Amino acid sequence: MENNTTNHSRRSFLKSSLLAGGGLMISFSGLAKFNFDGKTTVVNGSEEWSEVTGYIKITPDNLIKILNPNPEFGQNVMTSLPMIIAEELDVDWQKIMVEMGPHDNMKLGPQFTGGSNSVRMYWKPLREAGAAARNMLMQAAAQTWAVPVEEITTKAGTLYHEKSGKSGTYGAFASKASAIAIPKGVKLKDIRSFNTVRNSKKNVEGQKIVTGKPLFGMDHTQEGMLIAMIEHPHAFGMKLKSFDATETLKMPGIKDVFSMKLYEDGFEQAGFDTRTFNDLLVVVGNTTWEVMNARKKLKVIWEPIAERKETIAGFRGKNEVTIPAGLESTTTQLAKMTALAKQPAKQLRRDGDPETAFKNAAHILERTYTAPFLAHNCMEPMNFFAHVTEEKALLVGPHQAPGWIEPTVSKILNLPPDKIEIQMTRMGGGFGLRAYGHYVIEAALISKKVKAPIKLVYSREDDMTYGIYRPMYMATYRAALDANKNLIAFHVKGGGIPEHAVHPNRFPAGTVDNYLAEGWEIPSNITIGAFRAPGSNFNAASEQSFLDELAEFAGKDPIDFRLALLKRGKENPVGKNNEYDADRYAGVLNLVKEKSGWNAPENKKYSRGVAAYFCHNSYAAHVVDMVKKDGQPYVERVFSALDCGVVINPDAAINMVQGAVVDGIGNALYGGLTHKDGAAEQNNFNRYRMIRMKEAPKTIEVHFVENNIDPTGLGEPPFPPVFGAVANALHKNMGKRFYNQPFSKDFATK
Amino acid sequence: MAVYNLKINGQTKQVDVDPATPILWVLREHLDMPGTKYGCGVAMCGACTVHLNGVAVRSCQLPVVAVGNKEITTIEGLSENGDHPVQKAWLEHDVAQCGYCQTGQIMTAAALLKANPHPTEAQIDTAMSGNVCRCGTYVRIREAIQSAAKQQ
Repeated sequence: MENNTTNHSRRSFLKSSLLAGGGLMISFSGLAKFNFDGKTTVVNGSEEWSEVTGYIKITPDNLIKILNPNPEFGQNVMTSLPMIIAEELDVDWQKIMVEMGPHDNMKLGPQFTGGSNSVRMYWKPLREAGAAARNMLMQAAAQTWAVPVEEITTKAGTLYHEKSGKSGTYGAFASKASAIAIPKGVKLKDIRSFNTVRNSKKNVEGQKIVTGKPLFGMDHTQEGMLIAMIEHPHAFGMKLKSFDATETLKMPGIKDVFSMKLYEDGFEQAGFDTRTFNDLLVVVGNTTWEVMNARKKLKVIWEPIAERKETIAGFRGKNEVTIPAGLESTTTQLAKMTALAKQPAKQLRRDGDPETAFKNAAHILERTYTAPFLAHNCMEPMNFFAHVTEEKALLVGPHQAPGWIEPTVSKILNLPPDKIEIQMTRMGGGFGLRAYGHYVIEAALISKKVKAPIKLVYSREDDMTYGIYRPMYMATYRAALDANKNLIAFHVKGGGIPEHAVHPNRFPAGTVDNYLAEGWEIPSNITIGAFRAPGSNFNAASEQSFLDELAEFAGKDPIDFRLALLKRGKENPVGKNNEYDADRYAGVLNLVKEKSGWNAPENKKYSRGVAAYFCHNSYAAHVVDMVKKDGQPYVERVFSALDCGVVINPDAAINMVQGAVVDGIGNALYGGLTHKDGAAEQNNFNRYRMIRMKEAPKTIEVHFVENNIDPTGLGEPPFPPVFGAVANALHKNMGKRFYNQPFSKDFATK
Repeated sequence: MAVYNLKINGQTKQVDVDPATPILWVLREHLDMPGTKYGCGVAMCGACTVHLNGVAVRSCQLPVVAVGNKEITTIEGLSENGDHPVQKAWLEHDVAQCGYCQTGQIMTAAALLKANPHPTEAQIDTAMSGNVCRCGTYVRIREAIQSAAKQQ
């Protein structure tokens, strides 16, 4: 499975260059944009370190610096990605420096954070970069000492020739090594010999975080910088008609008030250019507080939007989308969904003959599940710094995928990409929302208009009511059982506003002879986007809850019930496009069963709920132990089992899973954004309930399946099954099933 | 606008601002001390927590005019070298994910331990439940506070 040599012929690309002042730099491009020529580039002139980019920098005095290529939003890639390089480079982790790399897709690869892809997509290229650099240093030492390179060994940043007793630091050979052509086919380390990766390393930015250093976009400042805020309609389905800024302009510190368009008519959006409100009413002033206050004095007349069409050129080609007019309310949306759920839907997968199986069934179980829109609620509200002139643009701030937004910036500002510099700050959360680029474009346009450096700041209310939510979902699950209560057919019919969540080729697809998956959708002017494990975060709630009820109905243990299905899925799978590996899926269930003491008598005092799910290439299972605290259901303990292949930084990985569990409990119990006449009914944390410490479990015990499989994602996979496990524990705790999220809204009626 | 002499982290800082300006924004935009974070502006998330005479307060709701002679401590002044027991415990437990809320969490925790050096788990939960963390690091925050309490 593992290709353990470096490979320059395909996607990965390595080149080295001499640092200003001497030294070796290795950089990589994950984009197959140009051919590898094997030659080195010599950079002369400046002595400034900051002018050189790439993954690895080594100075003659043996300072070793590793650059993290990928945006950091709390998944700790600032630590884990450099660890991968350090492993193959063979350096002492305690002695290296780590810093955020520049945005440069040609040198540093795709540079996007999303889809739990950071470690997965950089695993091989970063190993190759580290191994190639080490090999070049070895060659440099071999040439200097006039000995065969095969006799050179390394240890923790030092090169050795045992026979002659010679040794020297990487720094001593860095300059020479940088002139050596990039080697091909360098052998990568055996994973079993790793001594940096798979060992817990503290967050390299920990000290800066706990001392409040200016790491975030919100903290970015520059001489002469103005603050801009946007007044957007207070309801979806409305737009700016006219405004009177007379009073606003009289307020202290206010520089300008104006309206402008985000995109000109007919603009072809890229896949992540999502817009909610196209007419921007902008207030610019000296400080955030002054602008916030002055906004209150605006006199604005809003008017209803007309239905419109947007052309979106996404990853899957060009798509024309109709955005309906109207002011939507949650109650009417639910009624529409309920009606449409009964209508024929689009078939997504069919195995066997589900209709006949249902007709002949001895028992049919049917349940419907719903979930509301969710706001991302990143703790750092959206913001971006922009300084745009006629010649160039400097953009600084928190974004998950600067490479996706840069082409749009280029088009809109009419500047070539090489005149656009995007600097990536640490993000105060992202959860998918920061993959969308509207606020970057807005900042750029505002700076261009006012001819000054500006920081666009969203207030919490702006952030929560702008849109790009997790969609609103509904799904009906049906199961047909024979007289012995064996599952003979499974049917999922899922819908959503404006998209459904059905993943037709995931478990239990492949384990049931007769299977049908269908989807339906209702257009909306409320915008949606990726939210931690898109789609999966609803599927794992509904499907895993349904399977629990199904197991109960069949008189089977919920884990054994799933394991039996997975056995079938492995031995004699139904259909061809099953996305998951039945063995690995069963693996996490078996692990969580063992670690949680699933059948142990002392655990009977808990209301236990189990769920498992596969998404983003990884497998996760949880057992949630619920009790009553102050008369309310409380998740006191959680056991988690994960299979994401090789775990790069174990303690940080545990932290990620623990956080996903808490986030999952919070969203399952409390999360939800509702609308009345287009307006969000929650616009800040006084109305939008977030999970707080008193509701967080006392312990979350995390276990990883140990294997040598190339690593896959971890940010998203543990999140979805939490919802299902919580639902299943609630059933035990409250004596009834919960079908509608957020679950806590039904507690009072109990 | 009015001139105020504020006692912040043991120093006197002069600012000329509107009397209603919250200390949050005075710190962030007038005194170049961005460690205190804006999260919600309505005292519901705790990201902006500072100490006023040693007590944790939400600086987004504290107008500069109301401070008077009281001592303000921010994350920048919690310790000289970033080595307050709570900060050390945060590092020991590697608490942070995105990190945005953590300075507020640390300030709330430090004030709690000052008032109650050995809090029970329930007391920790109560004191900390005004601070929101979307990354969900509560389990580690709780453990870090317990560690810091032991080291005092």
